[in-house]
Amino acid sequence: MLEIKDLRAAVNGVEILRGLNFSANAGEVHAIMGPNGSGKSTFAHVLSGKAGYEVLPGSQVRFQGRDLLELPAEERARLGLFLAFQYPVEIPGVTNANFLQTAANEIRESRGLDKLDALDFGDFLREKMAYVNVNPVMADRFVNHGFSGGEKKRNEILQLAVLEPSLAILDETDSGLDIDALRIVSEGVNKLRSPDRTFILVTHYQRLLSYVEPDFVHVLYKGQIVKSGGKDLALELEDKGYDWIKEEVDSNG
Amino acid sequence: MRSATNDNSGNRLTQMSSKDEQIDGTPYEGSRVEQSNREVADLAGQEYKYGWSTDIESDTFARGLNEDVVRAISARKGEPEWMTEWRLQAYRAWCGMQEPTWAKVRYARPDFQAISYYSAPKQQENPKSLDEMDPKLIETFEKLGIPLNEQKRLTGVAVDAVFDSVSVATTHRDILGKKGIIFCPISEALREHPELVKKYLGSVVPRGDNFYAALNSAVFSDGSFVYIPKGVKCPMDLSTYFRINAAQTGQFERTLIVADEGAQVSYLEGCTAPKRDENQLHAAVVELVAHAGATIRYSTVQNWYAGDEEGRGGIYNFVTKRGRCEENARISWTQVETGSAITWKYPSCILKGDNAVGEFYSVALTKGCQQADTGTKMLHVGKNTRSTIIAKTISAGRGDSSYRGLVHVAPTAANARSYTQCDSLLIGSQCGAHTFPYLDVRQPSASVEHEASTSKISEEQLFYCQSRGIRPENAISMVVNGFCKEVFDHLPMEFAVEASKLLSVSLEGSVG
Repeated sequence: MLEIKDLRAAVNGVEILRGLNFSANAGEVHAIMGPNGSGKSTFAHVLSGKAGYEVLPGSQVRFQGRDLLELPAEERARLGLFLAFQYPVEIPGVTNANFLQTAANEIRESRGLDKLDALDFGDFLREKMAYVNVNPVMADRFVNHGFSGGEKKRNEILQLAVLEPSLAILDETDSGLDIDALRIVSEGVNKLRSPDRTFILVTHYQRLLSYVEPDFVHVLYKGQIVKSGGKDLALELEDKGYDWIKEEVDSNG
Repeated sequence: MRSATNDNSGNRLTQMSSKDEQIDGTPYEGSRVEQSNREVADLAGQEYKYGWSTDIESDTFARGLNEDVVRAISARKGEPEWMTEWRLQAYRAWCGMQEPTWAKVRYARPDFQAISYYSAPKQQENPKSLDEMDPKLIETFEKLGIPLNEQKRLTGVAVDAVFDSVSVATTHRDILGKKGIIFCPISEALREHPELVKKYLGSVVPRGDNFYAALNSAVFSDGSFVYIPKGVKCPMDLSTYFRINAAQTGQFERTLIVADEGAQVSYLEGCTAPKRDENQLHAAVVELVAHAGATIRYSTVQNWYAGDEEGRGGIYNFVTKRGRCEENARISWTQVETGSAITWKYPSCILKGDNAVGEFYSVALTKGCQQADTGTKMLHVGKNTRSTIIAKTISAGRGDSSYRGLVHVAPTAANARSYTQCDSLLIGSQCGAHTFPYLDVRQPSASVEHEASTSKISEEQLFYCQSRGIRPENAISMVVNGFCKEVFDHLPMEFAVEASKLLSVSLEGSVG
């Protein structure tokens, strides 16, 4: 469902992703790990269509049979791609319920489905909130406005639950979370795992992976995936750090 | 945020914020805040929906202004002698006045001799019913979404429809009449209730108050008059809808609302004009009188033609609005300003009686080449008077918006309290937002707070919405509506929905 070939992207003329190859099937959970500055967030941003990145010629990303790179961000989302932000953005004056209803209806509209009115959507939202253990008062609070770090991350998981994507990319979702929040977020992700949904967990540390067990672990370094393995690779990285991989790559390169 | 204390008078000024501001009340140049955000630049204008004109035979005066024109207007209206004299004195005062230049707006000064000061659709003198009205007029207002036929109207709102210089219809008068409420064209009030008009006209905005108010006093042709008797709560919202149709005419309407002791009324004002290449002048005066314990809510959605993308045409909107609050009275101004090429408008409150309350909630949006210099004056005279000012400014395209507000606390206003919050939102890289607060506090027990912020719709906010499947136009509209929420919450329900739609439409096409 996702196939990436020779993805290269630059910021301000500096190449960050340098020929990245990656593929994922439906229902798989992939962890992308790597030292700081290896291009993890750039990878997440480029896939979701954030502006400010120059995708270089020759790059190929196919998602659900479409050329993802030619689509604007909102169309990627309508196609089923979701990005959980490392730093969720505040929108004062706009309630979570309104925001999510707008988003869900735009996605539904693009798929030829009827829009949900406020009542139907309210029922749907309450159901999802209960499912991922989010306090119902969050519906009437302004999007991320005045939320604690943990609340923001939980709100991202709620959005994931509501928008029901086929590919969810979580960008450093575990950063800045205390152990309780981490557990709650992880529980949400585990509940939302399904045979139709692929996850890409972008993370620096292994600790999220203690709660969400990945099918595959990949190491990103200098803009390429330099090593792939099973969940044991994450434990090995936790144990030995990234230096041994850096050495391996740098001496070969 | 910093705190400042005015040592000279010992006034307490809490929470002064934004380094643009100073507290001694002298004008200064506000800093131009610019945003360099390419993603949300290229704000294009949405087509103006009300730009058509009605082909109707009109009785229009030749252009130009002199004492004979003033007399002719008065005569056409069948006004009493004292009114003609009142107009002439206003005209003479105006002749000796200079057009103000202190506002932060640039435009070609109108040639006051090139304007026609009176234009009325030709119709039967005082149509008794809609059957006697020119169908084209009824059609015009229906097209604007203002059906004059009462069966078709939303219940709960009475409408006075003003077309060019005259009021053409006022609805629901029977129901209102039973409660002793007077709601009629001001020209009719001059004939039917001269004692009331004489008592209150010019009592809040004197005829020589300022250049445009003096001009209005000399040549105003129509507008609405409202009187709510003692202790009566008006059973429905009252509304005036202003439509400028004729070319090269000005509209000079005059509104006078009097709420007697303990009375309550909510009044709505809407306006549109056809698209024309030349600028048209709109110089209105609105006076509100809230007697002891009375409440007046005055809401405006201003959507005059704003001119085209290059700044050709559009309405010059020079308006004086002011209310006087006696003891325990409350006046609340809520305005959503999205139209006009130039807006110059400061709805104000004189808080004369003890415990009087003044409120000002404003959203001003400028796009294309629009310029707005708007705000309020809160004049605290009575003890324990309170004022609240929430001003939201949105600038897009090459729009330029300024908030200009005065909070004056007189020595008599013990324990006065005032709170101001000014927020500016910028969309694109070529627009400007400015804040000019003037504080003049002469009573040591007063508490005056002022907060200001400037933000822009960030790339981050847009991307966040897009990553959830929301297209950029809807994202902008959502962020802007969220920004305006505190003001929209003060509008009557249908008006709030209308205002929200209007903002969305105004901002359509704002992402390149």
